[in-house]
Amino acid sequence: MTPSGGFPVAAREAVADSQLRANLRGATHAIRDKRAAAVAEVADWQELREAGRLIKERAMRHLDRHLEALEAAVVAAGGQVHWAGDAAAANRIVGDLVAATGSTEVVKVKSLATDEIGLNEALAARGIDALETDLAELINQLAGDTSSHILVPAIHRNRAEIRELFLRELPDPGELDETPGALAEAARRYLRERFLRAEVAVSGANFGVAETGTVGVVESEGNGRMCTTLPRTLITVMGIEKVLPRLTDLEVMLQLLPRSATAERMNPYTSLWTGVTPGDGPQEFHLVLLDAGRTNALRDEVGRQALHCIRCSACLNVCPVYERTGGHAYGSVYPGPIGAILTPQLADLDQGATLPWASSLCGACYEVCPVKIDIPTVLVHLRGKVIRREAGGGGAEDAAERLSMKAAAAAFATPRRYRLAQRVVLPVLRLLTGVPGLARIVPGPLAAWTSVRELPEPPRETFSDWWRGRS
Amino acid sequence: MSDREAILARVRAAIADVPAAEAPEFDPDRAEPDARYARTGELDPAARLALFVERSGDYRAEVTVCAEDPAAVAAAVAAACSRHAARRLVVPAGLDPAWLPPGVEPVADDPPLAPAGLGACDGVLSGCELAIAVTGTVVLAGGGPAQGRRAVTLLPDLHICVVRGPQIVETVPEAVARLAAPIAARGAITLISGPSATSDIELKRVEGVHGPRRLELIVTDPSL
Repeated sequence: MTPSGGFPVAAREAVADSQLRANLRGATHAIRDKRAAAVAEVADWQELREAGRLIKERAMRHLDRHLEALEAAVVAAGGQVHWAGDAAAANRIVGDLVAATGSTEVVKVKSLATDEIGLNEALAARGIDALETDLAELINQLAGDTSSHILVPAIHRNRAEIRELFLRELPDPGELDETPGALAEAARRYLRERFLRAEVAVSGANFGVAETGTVGVVESEGNGRMCTTLPRTLITVMGIEKVLPRLTDLEVMLQLLPRSATAERMNPYTSLWTGVTPGDGPQEFHLVLLDAGRTNALRDEVGRQALHCIRCSACLNVCPVYERTGGHAYGSVYPGPIGAILTPQLADLDQGATLPWASSLCGACYEVCPVKIDIPTVLVHLRGKVIRREAGGGGAEDAAERLSMKAAAAAFATPRRYRLAQRVVLPVLRLLTGVPGLARIVPGPLAAWTSVRELPEPPRETFSDWWRGRS
Repeated sequence: MSDREAILARVRAAIADVPAAEAPEFDPDRAEPDARYARTGELDPAARLALFVERSGDYRAEVTVCAEDPAAVAAAVAAACSRHAARRLVVPAGLDPAWLPPGVEPVADDPPLAPAGLGACDGVLSGCELAIAVTGTVVLAGGGPAQGRRAVTLLPDLHICVVRGPQIVETVPEAVARLAAPIAARGAITLISGPSATSDIELKRVEGVHGPRRLELIVTDPSL
């Protein structure tokens, strides 16, 4: 998942692309301002956030019983439930279900869970063609590209690029100008025929209600309605953390999600279905419950709150790091601050171990999170876990960091030692900052700091010297 | 061990720290003050209706307010049809035939129309289960009177939806409370807020991708 070298290397490449940085800055600022306005309109927003947090916390802390209840309710309503321990199991289950229908193509609703498990590739290997129907996902699929944002996955492409792509890849694009309206119309014409002939659809789920067995998809374009209505068979892949205990929980989530995600009071379409409805919609419904590392995160009492995420992407749009690097640098389908705590935990720290450092810990992500995930605290917690795990086998930079922290601890231990340290360090700092350019040629691991930062000019005297002279 | 048993075992091991006596669900009726959000509205019916008209219009639904009287509804339907040059409308079971103006050809979904047949109609005329003022949302419950099955309100390019004033609730919690019954009857629920839209290309909002590209709301006002 994570590119070799991890986030620091990928981020350096992304930041060097000034066009990408400009696109991202424009996009993230536009969405964050709209979100702020949509949220300001709601007088009880903070109470809703706290309720949202409690709903998800309770759901996770009693996850076993809610999953069993969800399964029972879906089955009682005429659906079938499958359990997938990992990505391979989920892909096998979905592949078998599609194969059993005799169909060789499926239409898909945008789904992060199926991106995460690489379902499209797994289906392709079995000769099944999976067609993405969300406009941005379609753009990425036609371009052989991956998503760079949870909500607007083609945020890194402009309209001229998309027009070129459609002219090249769509069977009958016709006269096509580069207005977003014309491009959307071209996608509508292309997909309409596929919707009408599809016999199988695959979706994700924004939530599954344990109490009633109701599963929901929140969307804008109508491709979600098409996929969950027209085909005979519907297969929904849902992470086990998406369960909500009660139907009333929706009254909170349906307020928090749209305003946080697209800055709308309500998204254009929300579909809620409960098993199979005779004579209406798919007559065969399969719910695939996916673990794939979620129970790793659940084990960690601090880190498990990452599972509360409702995938609104508000934290991406306010993050100073995401704004500069974009989503691809995170090397995961879950980018941004939430990705930085989710990706490493899903992989039990075997992947994405550099991601907890992809943050300045400014805390903006926590403030906008609609379910109050304390991302900065989890980031620091995960840094500790990664460091402890790598202790002993760490590289030179880790050794230098540990050594300097030990030195600092020794210096701060008593007032006398602290004064002594100041007396030694101040002249050295004055020397470094007194000669232009000298601070930039600091050798060894310390260069990692000085290559990108100016050393502040040290004060003429220390605070304690000044205090003593004053009294 | 099956994947089911293995996953449940991992979950139970992971949450072994949770006290057994802890309530497994959040209960809004017994929430602490910092989680006590508004569950009921405060507006009178006239203000509620006005808010719904304003908010649904914000997202480019075309909204007409008329008297709570079938002839007034029929006149509003006729005006909507002429705006969009629509003549053949799909009509779900249970729709008040008096809502249909002369000149409009109703197409019953009985026996169920094939998708291509639905798409070939000029539009669909439906009622709704309820509507939400704060968000400008209409809610359809599959199988409910005048609402039909889901495909009927999805495939035609024009959706004319009649919202009767008393069907409007103010808040989202009030709406969700009214969904329990249709959900228990396994009805599929669709929340619709404005016409289909996308902002996927350079964040420019475009109305009309896959769902009906035009949404006409006819709101009946009992005070008129």
